[in-house]
Amino acid sequence: MNNVFVYLEIEGTTVADVSLELLTKGRKLADRLGCRLEAIAAGHGLADIEKQVMPYGVDRLHIFDAEGLFPYTSLPHSSILINLFKEEKPQICLMGATVIGRDLGPRVSSALTSGLTADCTALEIGDHEDKKAGKVYENLLYQIRPAFGGNIVATIVNPEHRPQMATVREGVMKKEILDENYKGEVINHDVAKYVHETDYVVKVIDRHVEKAKHNLKGASIVVAGGYGMGSREGFDMLFELAKELHAEVGASRAAVDAGFADHDRQIGQTGVTVRPKLYIACGISGQIQHIAGMQESSIIISINSDENAPINAIADYVINGTVEEVIPKMIKYYKSHSK
Amino acid sequence: MKIVVLAKQVPDTRNVGKDAMTADGTINRAALPAIFNPEDLNALEQALRLKETHPGSTVTMLTMGPGRAAEIIREGLYRGADGGYLLTDRAFAGADTLATSYALATAIRKIGEYDLIIGGRQAIDGDTAQVGPQVAEKLGLAQVTYAEEILDVDEAGRKITIKRHIDGGVETVTAPLPLVITVNGSAAPCRPRNAKLVQKYKRALGAQEKAAATKDGAELPYSDLYAERPYLNITEWSAADVDADLAQCGLSGSPTKVKAIQNISFQAKESKTLTGSDKDVEELIVELLANHTIG
Repeated sequence: MNNVFVYLEIEGTTVADVSLELLTKGRKLADRLGCRLEAIAAGHGLADIEKQVMPYGVDRLHIFDAEGLFPYTSLPHSSILINLFKEEKPQICLMGATVIGRDLGPRVSSALTSGLTADCTALEIGDHEDKKAGKVYENLLYQIRPAFGGNIVATIVNPEHRPQMATVREGVMKKEILDENYKGEVINHDVAKYVHETDYVVKVIDRHVEKAKHNLKGASIVVAGGYGMGSREGFDMLFELAKELHAEVGASRAAVDAGFADHDRQIGQTGVTVRPKLYIACGISGQIQHIAGMQESSIIISINSDENAPINAIADYVINGTVEEVIPKMIKYYKSHSK
Repeated sequence: MKIVVLAKQVPDTRNVGKDAMTADGTINRAALPAIFNPEDLNALEQALRLKETHPGSTVTMLTMGPGRAAEIIREGLYRGADGGYLLTDRAFAGADTLATSYALATAIRKIGEYDLIIGGRQAIDGDTAQVGPQVAEKLGLAQVTYAEEILDVDEAGRKITIKRHIDGGVETVTAPLPLVITVNGSAAPCRPRNAKLVQKYKRALGAQEKAAATKDGAELPYSDLYAERPYLNITEWSAADVDADLAQCGLSGSPTKVKAIQNISFQAKESKTLTGSDKDVEELIVELLANHTIG
């Protein structure tokens, strides 16, 4: 009762990175609250899951192993969480802000009438005073996220309803092995007790998952372009610079929305979070949603013709100039000095 | 087929100008234009395509918002929707996604007949993607989110085939009707307004819009038309009209509360400011190579 739960996203028989990151965060929250960390695995052929997740400090692992639970469909996984949560009454439930998490989370929260905050960029524990009702709530989950197009950062709390649910994008939290030999309890549940036959109504008849075309998340240098790049052709220049620097190319949401770059290159709250040693922001104004996805970069260079671009405030080097002027020079001088 | 399209009027957060924030740091909503939520337009397109391929189908718009959100219904009518409802009541104000879904679900029940409920994946003012699945849960229906395209509808077999986006790929699913679908922004864009339909519906108004037009004693332009052509009256529904339980609406029906709002001001770092001159760029490259940041 009253523990922290993490829903494990499983592709085939492998737990997704985002879930391991949430286990690390969940472990810290559980320690802070003095409760246990529990994880839920639903899929098929899950014998190996225990080995994958226990080192992150899982006290109890709930396994639901049945044909029909992979690939994921909404209703069976929803029923597992809804019925398990009615028994276990968690205080917190975390899941990845992935296609699966964003399909599953709202459905579960609706059934349990519990609050859900999407795409959190930070999770903390703190108190909350409802002055109107004259009530103080201790140890609530602060669900922190940019809102309103990234112009503000909101802290959301769920004072009365449990579990407090939040989704978090991959890469936002850091994963850390707690103890290779951590021993938690494993519970193998009877799936039929939780999932009704009629839940298996959506059938996956065809499925293609490809390995990512690039390694933006793990790149040590990122060259990112914004709306200021002007066109898809403008991005060619960034690919050229990236090739020289052995970097990956990223983009702001504005550039992706404008069709200058592919969606899988989007950096920010609703895209990928990166922590490279060098981040070169080209023609990016720097909305908070974008900043949220790159602010932990070690060194930030901003190239912008607008001296007052918000991103300049967090940059280590600000180059006041146009991308068309500066980037070819960077390529030229890198070539001449690196040899 | 009876198709209900869920659509939302949203502030255009993608085009936030410098005057979008007031001096005291709150949002100046008046400075943001109100638009049709982009992914809801993708959803509308999927609905209109079904109407074309399945003669006899109807497309009904449903939106929730203030009186001026009747604009969403009109935009739907201009593109081929058959009618619509504006769910509007002060009791709905301050709703989080759960209270919003509750209100929409009660309105859908009031509409009564439906085979398909279709909306955008998410709205650009919140980016939560929660309302679609929550409406599905409230109505006890299955859901297919992140849809790219409706491939086939088997009306006799009450089955639909949909291509949808998943992390790192795509999948094709079959699902039973009735169903809730949310549509991705990468799906086919919505057709433009049809000139004939614009002519037909341009004077369509909701009750609040009519009240606003006549508030200083002015006469409603073309007032005779509204009795003559009932389709020009956009139906507004209050919480009472859809038999909503007020405890589940608006702020009181919202489990999430906003504890704090913080404006964005970045901690300024000590930074070097350079120009785009050859000298400055060359020195920077040399410095980054020297400290092994690059190379």
